[in-house]
Amino acid sequence: MKLTLHIWRQKNRSDEGRFVTYELADVDDHMSLLEMLDLLNERLIGKGEEPVAFEHDCREGICGSCGLVINGIAHGKEKGTTVCQLHMRHFADGDVVYIEPFRARAFPVIKDLVVDRSAFDRIVQAGGFVSARTGSAPDGNAVPVAKPVADLAMDAAECIGCGACVAACPNGAAMLFLAAKISHLGLLPQGQPERSARARAMVSRMEYEGFGSCTNYRECEAVCPKRISVNFIARLNRDFMKASLFNETIPAGKAAGGA
Amino acid sequence: MKLDARIPAGSLEEKWTRYRSTVKLVGPNNKRKFHVIVVGTGLAGASAAATLAELGYTVSAFCYQDSARRAHSIAAQGGINAAKNYQNDGDSVYRLFYETVKGGDFRAREANVYRLAEVSAAIIDQCVAQGVPFAREYSGTLSNRSFGGSLVSRTFYARGQTGQQLLLGAYSALSKQIGEGAVKMYPRTEMLDLVVVDGTARGIVVRDLVTGKVEAHAGDAVLLCTGGYSNAFFLSTNAKGCNATAIWRAHRRGAAFANPCYTQIHPTCIPQAGPTQSKLTLMSESLRNDGRVWVPKKTGDTRRPGDVPTGERDYYLERIYPTYGNLAPRDVSSRAAKRMCDEGRGVGPGGRGVYLDFADSIARLGEGVIRDRYGNLFEMYERITGEDPYKVPMRIYPAPHYTMGGLWVDYGLMSTIPGLFVLGEANFSDHGANRLGASALMQGLADGYFVIPYTLGEYLAGSAGAKVTPSHPAFAETLAAVATTTEKLLAVKGSRSVDSFHRELGAVMWDTCGMGRTAEGLKSAIAQIRALGERYWQDVRVPGAGEDFNPELEKAGRVADYFELGELMCRDALERNESCGGHFREEYQTAEGEALRNDTDFCHAAAWEWTGPGKDPIRHVEPLAFESIQLATRSYK
Ligand SMILES: Cc1cc2nc3c(=O)[nH]c(=O)nc-3n(C[C@H](O)[C@H](O)[C@H](O)COP(=O)(O)OP(=O)(O)OC[C@H]3O[C@@H](n4cnc5c(N)ncnc54)[C@H](O)[C@@H]3O)c2cc1C
Ligand code: FES
Repeated sequence: MKLTLHIWRQKNRSDEGRFVTYELADVDDHMSLLEMLDLLNERLIGKGEEPVAFEHDCREGICGSCGLVINGIAHGKEKGTTVCQLHMRHFADGDVVYIEPFRARAFPVIKDLVVDRSAFDRIVQAGGFVSARTGSAPDGNAVPVAKPVADLAMDAAECIGCGACVAACPNGAAMLFLAAKISHLGLLPQGQPERSARARAMVSRMEYEGFGSCTNYRECEAVCPKRISVNFIARLNRDFMKASLFNETIPAGKAAGGA
Repeated sequence: MKLDARIPAGSLEEKWTRYRSTVKLVGPNNKRKFHVIVVGTGLAGASAAATLAELGYTVSAFCYQDSARRAHSIAAQGGINAAKNYQNDGDSVYRLFYETVKGGDFRAREANVYRLAEVSAAIIDQCVAQGVPFAREYSGTLSNRSFGGSLVSRTFYARGQTGQQLLLGAYSALSKQIGEGAVKMYPRTEMLDLVVVDGTARGIVVRDLVTGKVEAHAGDAVLLCTGGYSNAFFLSTNAKGCNATAIWRAHRRGAAFANPCYTQIHPTCIPQAGPTQSKLTLMSESLRNDGRVWVPKKTGDTRRPGDVPTGERDYYLERIYPTYGNLAPRDVSSRAAKRMCDEGRGVGPGGRGVYLDFADSIARLGEGVIRDRYGNLFEMYERITGEDPYKVPMRIYPAPHYTMGGLWVDYGLMSTIPGLFVLGEANFSDHGANRLGASALMQGLADGYFVIPYTLGEYLAGSAGAKVTPSHPAFAETLAAVATTTEKLLAVKGSRSVDSFHRELGAVMWDTCGMGRTAEGLKSAIAQIRALGERYWQDVRVPGAGEDFNPELEKAGRVADYFELGELMCRDALERNESCGGHFREEYQTAEGEALRNDTDFCHAAAWEWTGPGKDPIRHVEPLAFESIQLATRSYK
């Protein structure tokens, strides 16, 4: 098939950026969207032009590297799919396709379609863990975890940290990402001792990083390639409220702005 | 070059305990004075960096992705082994040890494998404590599944995303240390060379992948945890960025490369669909717990799978290997699939595929149970192929997946360059000529959480070496060498893209150094790779600049290394005149087409020494002594 592509080109963080149009022929049904971009880049290199920079690694929907807005929708219109798993058989000959980076205040563009999502890492560094010194763990079966609880924790833990939720949110909020992490650890018995401190440290870091607040648009859930449910956001809110009420001290180094 | 494995004295069961209780330790107040450089933050690197920082060392960690959470370990699906014997089905440390050595076709070092089996149980405890949501029974206890090459059920898993969950566990431990300032993390940074001072590893040269800036870091020890080199084949199940650059450049600086020809071709991958395909996707081996592998009995049978009556199907794994059946180990299953296709009984486009059929399990257990066990894998299959595996059997074909070879290391995981340690898939240590499923995650975490904290301490406590800073001339020299390579790549300004060369190299590797190898094929491959490599340096086109975000330049450096490594893989395969594990030389097989090992001449690890570009490398050997296990013909029948 033949496609008309409008692709966002931006030299670096300070460049203004613009759409550039490319006509691409010989696109095959079997290709993934990223393989289609490989083909475009192959042609651009052949013509002596600079290829389009985009982020990717596993190409199987698990590493969370890839993330593009396709015709206005983060990861494209197929539900529960990352762009690396989006196949061209979902497009038709003659289609016009707009490809842009994830846009959010907290995700500055690095080049073309590549954005900086390191804010997510800093949120995790603020408290997204269970402190378990290597070698100090009790037997794995010492604390039973009811299957439904383990399953629900796993539903939340499936988050791949791609940032589509932020890109889709009109407020640029990171609530679904955060809720997934807080719920995953907060549901498990191992996550209890630090549960309140975790919620407060991560929320304040999120605010510090410039993410917006949640006003229940639910756009995040609609684009999430792992179909993480917004119900987890309610859990996050509960944990955060409780933590604020009891106002425990936040361990040093985890406070907003720290590290 | 001397290969001293430094295996502690004592019986197999005592070695590690004794080592741990007698090893020299670094005093608690001195640890922070030691700067440890950790390259790679997948399972091996993240677990090592977090644990060393907890102990008090000053750690810098590097990865090429934008976040440590995206390392290739994230893609592991099926599970992680541990000798917990929770199932009471006869497992033990010894059995895990024995099966791993046998699975590796008796080409691994006994002492290392035994230690791996010994620490395996603690890995599960550690991960559970971190909040890894392993699958559970209704009783609340941990679940297990079976994996190939084993008669017990010892694989722990988190749906089809075990690697993801284990990595998120290690990443969260690492993140805690970063947050507390104990680890300095450098994401989007690629190691391009190793700095060697007076014969010891004292630093690295890296390129910032955003700005293109090249700089050096000095340290007291360097840990390479940079993963495997399956991408030498271009098409593999590895992530696109996986590369051999860190280990290869360390090899060029003096680290011996062991058993490069031991590569694992995984039996259950989605067959290639077209010429523009950029990677292959694995369908977890765990599927073989419930899926049955078959091809039509007739050659050239083009009927749809549902139209082939049971009597006309050949469930060849069950037929040839009745004891292990569909759970025969990977190398054995892959070769059997190839044989079926070579006989003209393959299915799908080009006849390069076999069926993995769930119909019987769905009938027995119901679709719900199958969905619960493998839902995400089935979805992934459907997304890629457009076919619904609940209704029609999956089509699968072998693909390059894992590399057992890697930098040679001693018992303490130290390479032939003192101070350079190698962990995880990047080393050659534990899997011999073939790795059993669910053992790579185990090894990566064993190395990082439980082995390196002791063995690194031993090295640092013994090394009273003076501090080295980047002002040492060796750093300027290494920086200059890196700059020269980059400039050279950019200056070629030829006519062909990096990928086009990489594809061509991959095709040669797959045809000659893949599932079946011959002396003749390997000799011709060495010549072809040399010629193609020369053309690469004359005709590759790398657009853009060095001081910029430039993915083509990143790829160009990696592919340059694959040419040299590819040649070494072929050389190693050519010199090893036997078949063992993943290394199958057509000339050496039994009447039934099984691997024919030669223990008289090849019961050793081959470790190659670099002698210079274009020069023949030197092959050294480390004899393998089997004290606890009797060498036997590996049979899964
Ligand atoms: C699809 C798939 C499924 C698998 N499933 C299983 C399974 O179920 N069970 C099992 O046991 N094993 C499985 N494996 C194998 C297993 O996942 C890997 O062997 C293991 O995760 C490797 O871990 P690692 O830490 O050694 O390396 P990796 O996870 O590959 O990490 C490498 C790290 O090094 C960094 N790096 C690489 N090069 C450089 C450089 N030059 N400079 C700086 N940083 C660099 C990367 O950024 C990354 O952080 C699977 C493998 C694949 C491909
Ligand atoms: S490239 Fe890994 S999720 Fe798309």
